[in-house]
Formats: sequence, structure tokens, C-alpha cells
Amino acid sequence: MTLTQADIDGELAEIRAGHEKARAAGASVAHHPPRDFPPYRSSLLRHPKQPLVAVRRDPETVELSGPVFGRTDVTELDHDLTRQHAGEPLGERITVSGRLLDSAGRPVRGQLVELWQANASGRYAHRRDQHPAPLDPNFTGVGRVLTGDDGSYRFTTIKPGAYPWRNHENAWRPAHIHFSLFGSAFTQRLVTQMYFPGDPLLAYDPILQSVTDDAARARLVAAYDHSLSRPEQSLGYRWDIVLDGPSATWIEEGR
Amino acid sequence: MTYLPPTPSHTVGPFYGYALPFPGGGDIAPRERSDAITLHGYVYDGAGEPVPDALVEFWQADPGGSVAGAPGSMRRDPVTGGFLGRDGVAFTGFGRVPTDADGHYAVRTLPPGAPTVPYISVCVFARGLTHHLFTRAYLAEGPDALLASLTPERRATLIARPEPHRTHRFDIRLQGEEETVFLDFA
Ligand SMILES: [Fe+3]
Repeated sequence: MTLTQADIDGELAEIRAGHEKARAAGASVAHHPPRDFPPYRSSLLRHPKQPLVAVRRDPETVELSGPVFGRTDVTELDHDLTRQHAGEPLGERITVSGRLLDSAGRPVRGQLVELWQANASGRYAHRRDQHPAPLDPNFTGVGRVLTGDDGSYRFTTIKPGAYPWRNHENAWRPAHIHFSLFGSAFTQRLVTQMYFPGDPLLAYDPILQSVTDDAARARLVAAYDHSLSRPEQSLGYRWDIVLDGPSATWIEEGR
Repeated sequence: MTYLPPTPSHTVGPFYGYALPFPGGGDIAPRERSDAITLHGYVYDGAGEPVPDALVEFWQADPGGSVAGAPGSMRRDPVTGGFLGRDGVAFTGFGRVPTDADGHYAVRTLPPGAPTVPYISVCVFARGLTHHLFTRAYLAEGPDALLASLTPERRATLIARPEPHRTHRFDIRLQGEEETVFLDFA
């Protein structure tokens, strides 16, 4: 039996109700999605059933440090996805900018931010993407940048299109940009996706809705920021990113 | 004390393959190092099927025990915009490889010098995995708080099995029997 959007919506509503009930009973906020999230079908066989094992933090813990990157790891044009080919890519040019912070609000400096995305038609430059939307010879959709001293990053790109997928019948992913982030510790590693405000598909997407807490989910949606828009050039979106997890400095500070 | 709630995690999805892997991602050991080791294995799902679209990352101390790391894992070419590969000298401590169509991964690295019981930290991403998973590939057994806290069956999932030619086999089972021990650092 093919699952319809209505089936998925029903599952999502049930899970949300359960979450609200647990919250009312005093459960702490789940900032991250559960790994077992049936409306996202691919999660069924790919989540551990045993609980995670807590690692006691001591200065020997290798994961409290992490990979470092530097100016050899990026080129000047990596942050501008509209200038990586001979011609101009199709679509609406946008600037995406924000700050990378740790949970104490400190900027994560000089770290690598990677992004990847579909083109304006909703097609990835990936051989396995069979969506019959056109490829754009002037757009690959991969960017990299190092954060500045204040943790800031900035990309120029084009607004990605929505695309269909086979989670259920008539399943569509809202427009989104994939992000990969490093902190000062491997424990702070994060891969996530940024969405656009006002997208009517947000409510239907089991991947976004796998974040069951409303406030947490809202943090994945960028804000339109007119001060970031550039005249005759691009529309601006602001998106700050906060990394979870301890780092070596937490130990130094006795936390 | 400020506390900012974190940005939620999301799956890496199926189409990271043209963006995140980079040439030499698994060649963590500098060239010409006779002490290099190979760590390899398969990633399996709960049905025992190989996972052909996982992305596996590695982080470790250098042979002297330093976790300072070094830049240059994904050195770029400012002329072509492509990848130059690592510089062949520096040990960055970081590796990243996608699994192949058989669900197999392999990295060539140097044996970590710290802590007392050496391990390589492993982070797994995959389509269908809403939040990455951390585990450790221990290259030996010994007095270690984490290993000591586990039953023998669970502990065995963290020990990379020695094979000939300085090779260690470390399979990752996301679910099911012999499910790998995954870690929580929160
Ligand atoms: Fe996507």
C-alpha cells in the first residue's frame, strides 16, 4: 500500500501530540530529532535500538579536540557558488550569512563551513538524482568558507528549488541548503539543513518535522534580512548556527 | 551563564556525494610512512544489508599523542578550484570517506599515540540517520573506562580486529544483533 501525505500527516500529528504530552509531564526539550522517526522511512533500519553509552569526560578524551582547517583548505571563490563556472547560474541570487557559535555564545573562529544544495530547478549535480528537472551547467551547488574572528560566514548562491522524493506518494522536500559544521571539538560536529521562511512545504516534510519541538524547528528556518540584500544583486537571508556538545575549554573551565 | 539552544541536526541525505568526500580523504597517513596502518570495514543496517551511502569521518591523536591536528586535509588548488590532496607531510588527524556500493570504507592512517589504550574516533552519517553517531575503533584492548563499562559482547563491537599487513577490521552495525556501541558525550 502506498503511503499518502495524509498518512504521513497523521503520523506526524500523533508524534507531536506525544511530544507535547511528554513536555507537559516535565520531559526536557528534545532539540535534535529522534533517530527512530517512522514518518521518515529511511530511518527505520538505520537507527540503533540500544541506548547511547555516556562517555565520562576527562582530559584524555580525544573527541574533546577536533579537526582544524586553514587557508589551504578553501579557495577564494569557494564561498561564491555563482562564480564557479564560466556563465551565470539560473535562479534567484541570494546571500546567506550568519554566525557560528557554541552553546555558551562564543564564536567558533576559523572553522570550516561546507554547504551543498540543489539548483534553482530542484536538481542536484549528483548522478543518482533522477528528478527530471534540468541540470544547470553553470551551477554545481557546493561551497566552503572559513568562519571569521566573530564566527561569521557568508555565501553567495542561488535559491534552491523544491524537489520530489520517494518517502511517500507526492512527497516534496521544501527548498533547503545542506550545511556541514565543525566546532573546536569533534563532539560539536553538526550536519543539518537550512530552510526558507514562508515555504508552504515546511509543514509537510517529515525530515523537518522530525524535529518535534516547535522552537527547535524554527531555528532551522533562516530569516529574510533586508540589510543583507544587495542592490541589483541578491536577496539576503540570516541564519545563525549554534553547536551542541562539550569541548576541551569546558573542561578547563571546570564545567 | 549564557546558554544558546543548539541548531538541530538533520540527515546528510542521499546526495552529499559530490560535495563532502574529497580526493585523499582516507589517506590520513603521510606518504612513505612505513608505520601506516589500514582501518577498514563495512557499514550495515538493521536488516544486515550493507549501507552504500554512509559517510564516515575519523579523528585521532598523532603517533606522539598530540590532538592539535593540522590544516590541509582538503587542500585546494587556487588555480583550478579542484583538490590538491594533502601535502604528503603533515598529519592532520582527520579523515572522511563515503562507503562504496558494497558498504565498505577504508582509511590509511598512523597509529594514534594516545590515550593509553589507542582508539580512532569515528563519526557516521547516512541517509535515514537523522543525527550522526559517534563510536570508537579501539586498536587494542586494555584498561579503559569506556571498555570496562561494557559487557564483553558489547565491548567486542568497539575492538578493531587485527588482520595481516598492519590492517584492522572495524565493522559498523547501525542496528540489530551485534549493534555497534554508539557514544554520548553530552
Ligand atoms: Fe537535499
